Amino acid sequence: MGELKLMKGNEAIGEAAIRAGVDAYFGYPITPQSEVIEYLTSEKPEERTGMVILQAESELAAINMVYGAAGSGKKVMTSSSSPGVSLKMEGISYMAGAELPCVVLNVVRGGPGLGTIQPSQADYFQAVKGGGHGDYRMVVLAPASVQEMADFVKLGFELAFKYRNPVMMLSDGVIGQMMEKVELGEQIPRWTEEEIIRKNPWATTGKKGRERNIITSLDLDPARQEQHNHKLQKKYRQMEEEEVRFEKFECDDAEYLFVAYGSSSRIAQKAVKIAREKGHKVGLLRPITLFPYPAKEIQSMLGQLKGILSLELSAGQMVEDIKLAVEGKVPVDHYGRMGGIIFSPAEIVEVFEEKFIGG
Amino acid sequence: MTEEIIIAGFGGQGVLSMGKILSYSGIMQGQEVSWMPSYGPEMRGGTANVTVIISDERVSSPILTEFDTAIILNQQSMDKFEPAVKPGGYLLYDPNGITRHPERKDINVYKITGAKLASEMGNTKVFNMVVMGAYLKMRPILEYKYVVEGLKKSLPERYHKLIPLNEEAIKSGLEHLEEVHKLN
Amino acid sequence: MKEENITTQDIIAEENLVYKKTRLMTDKVLSYCPGCGHGTAHRIIMEVIDEMGLEEKTIGIAPVGCSVLAYEFMNIDMQQAAHGRAPALATGIKRTWPEKVVFTYQGDGDLAAIGTAETIHACNRGENFLIVFINNGIYGMTGGQMAPTTLEGMKSSTTPYGRNTKLMGNPLKMTELVAELPGTYFVTRQAVHTPANVRKTKKAIKMAIKNQLEDKGGLNFVEIVSNCNSGWKMTPTDANQWMVDNMFPFFPLGDIKVDGKKVKKD
Repeated sequence: MGELKLMKGNEAIGEAAIRAGVDAYFGYPITPQSEVIEYLTSEKPEERTGMVILQAESELAAINMVYGAAGSGKKVMTSSSSPGVSLKMEGISYMAGAELPCVVLNVVRGGPGLGTIQPSQADYFQAVKGGGHGDYRMVVLAPASVQEMADFVKLGFELAFKYRNPVMMLSDGVIGQMMEKVELGEQIPRWTEEEIIRKNPWATTGKKGRERNIITSLDLDPARQEQHNHKLQKKYRQMEEEEVRFEKFECDDAEYLFVAYGSSSRIAQKAVKIAREKGHKVGLLRPITLFPYPAKEIQSMLGQLKGILSLELSAGQMVEDIKLAVEGKVPVDHYGRMGGIIFSPAEIVEVFEEKFIGG
Repeated sequence: MTEEIIIAGFGGQGVLSMGKILSYSGIMQGQEVSWMPSYGPEMRGGTANVTVIISDERVSSPILTEFDTAIILNQQSMDKFEPAVKPGGYLLYDPNGITRHPERKDINVYKITGAKLASEMGNTKVFNMVVMGAYLKMRPILEYKYVVEGLKKSLPERYHKLIPLNEEAIKSGLEHLEEVHKLN
Repeated sequence: MKEENITTQDIIAEENLVYKKTRLMTDKVLSYCPGCGHGTAHRIIMEVIDEMGLEEKTIGIAPVGCSVLAYEFMNIDMQQAAHGRAPALATGIKRTWPEKVVFTYQGDGDLAAIGTAETIHACNRGENFLIVFINNGIYGMTGGQMAPTTLEGMKSSTTPYGRNTKLMGNPLKMTELVAELPGTYFVTRQAVHTPANVRKTKKAIKMAIKNQLEDKGGLNFVEIVSNCNSGWKMTPTDANQWMVDNMFPFFPLGDIKVDGKKVKKD
């Protein structure tokens, strides 16, 4: 067993980044995720592993620093919260187009606009449906614990380099700010120059013993640009085949299904317990990947279900993906809170009874 | 066993660090824990509160609306969290600065004169450790040796010389817990 | 050899060669308008990289603007940036690959309008790379709109009656501005419209790259004032003359900061 520590989600991700052998972090402070860069700078990673930490002049600059370093084959990440992630969307779209790997953390807060600094899950569409311009997708990982905040850094980079594509970790103020115990992995050494060149032959590392490498999202020839888009789409279909991740609680005999991710899934899990104590056969499906979405898993359960309740800290975004999977075969409803308000387990059960059981 | 605690008071009283030490002590005892603070502008000089959960099982929701135990260190927190204690639960408070004392009869109420005891020890900064000692007496869910380990884990190395002082404060809290209202 | 006896074979014979295209330019036909300074500027940079033996360790960054396709012509590893973000890309590369040679190639809209923040902050941090700034006072690629460096009274497709500084602000002297920052080490303004200027510009680029290799502790910034005969709606020769008569008085050529010290008084 590795080292056990009590850490905030935002700190755990910083420590996990150092230990995962990440080469650089570029970021800009914004509540509720500033602890990420604060933790990183306090740890002197330049001495521990040689990792570069830089506070950029804006989120735009930060994501483009990520672009540059990723284009040269380095493991790079950034983090922000909702308004800042909106700014990063330009760079993320370019990186998807240029097929560059990176990990972007969004510690989601309520919107629209400056909204609130309190937790929210209202950036689901932005993360899962592209967010920036053009036809692209990111793998979206939804950590539900401090442990997963740490674990998904390593997983995120594996997927990012496997697909040469940005990976987003969609967290929120609850997971970012809470402390839990976390088991940290061993230190993985950063890639050497030789490893970078061998693993990432596409990267701009200097034209040595090969033809030049070009990193670009531009191709003005429509036929070639369409081909490029087909290639990207093929990648996203492969993600759908190979990368779906989820967790189930009390689903074996469930007649009703709660679907919730991230912090909501923690609250929903407690709601399942309360509902079961009241005699309702309720289970919980927690998508770990929001793209690709566990649609097939939901479809496989339809035979046993009388209803599905999507629980989100938003006006109802993920519920659309559930409806796409269910195709009208089972009633699907949504319950959410907004503005930084978080539902309680008892509140969820009350709503569930009202919507599905009847008075 | 699952113990759901709210610790609430002014910023600067050591509310968050008390929660952190309790959480670390839980980990040292092999338990699952979570620590969820209020954050943002409300932290700037106003009230601070933290929800700590210590459990034998994986913690589900880290955010709660009712608690097994409330540790209350100012009047605003008394008004806000006295009603949030589960029937049969526990409330611990420091009467210093409290104008309206707990009124509920369906919960156990204890007090600790933490501010006074800490100032008698000549270091008001250990106030939170006096209160934590009283809590550990009221709710003996953590073995003392794990609390000391938790303390060590929570404090940066450079503050380890202050551990004996903190232990003294915890012991003072253990000794001076006062029962106000106890359910049968 | 008598003149009447010269054959084509003699002309292309190796010993008679006086000039050839650097091998670090690709064979792709330049997409720039005839008379434009971009091609010369590209060639100078590639010649310097070649002559200094840095082909294997150089990474260039193309902007958005006319030179968006610079990576098609420069035969080295290149990245293409979002509009204005080239200095951020360069920061990301140079910080993680400090031993590589990194440069950005940016136009006036890219560097001095949409990318002002990235430019100023890269300069202010003293990032150890080279920015080559092509200033032709207009947005060439999108069809001749006003640039931050468009002169007062100068016509463009969005200032059809001339730039009115009361309404549209003043032309921005980015190079003088960054020279004020402690993070810049070498700041100069050059041109490429005559052979003499080409030689001076090449010398400046060489100096900038040498500074980078020696990590002198600051950013190297080379502005090249250039023409845009298409955007200015002039013949190439008229455009060059117009540049000399109008651009140079406002954007005077010469070194502004050398070895971290300002050499030109305001």
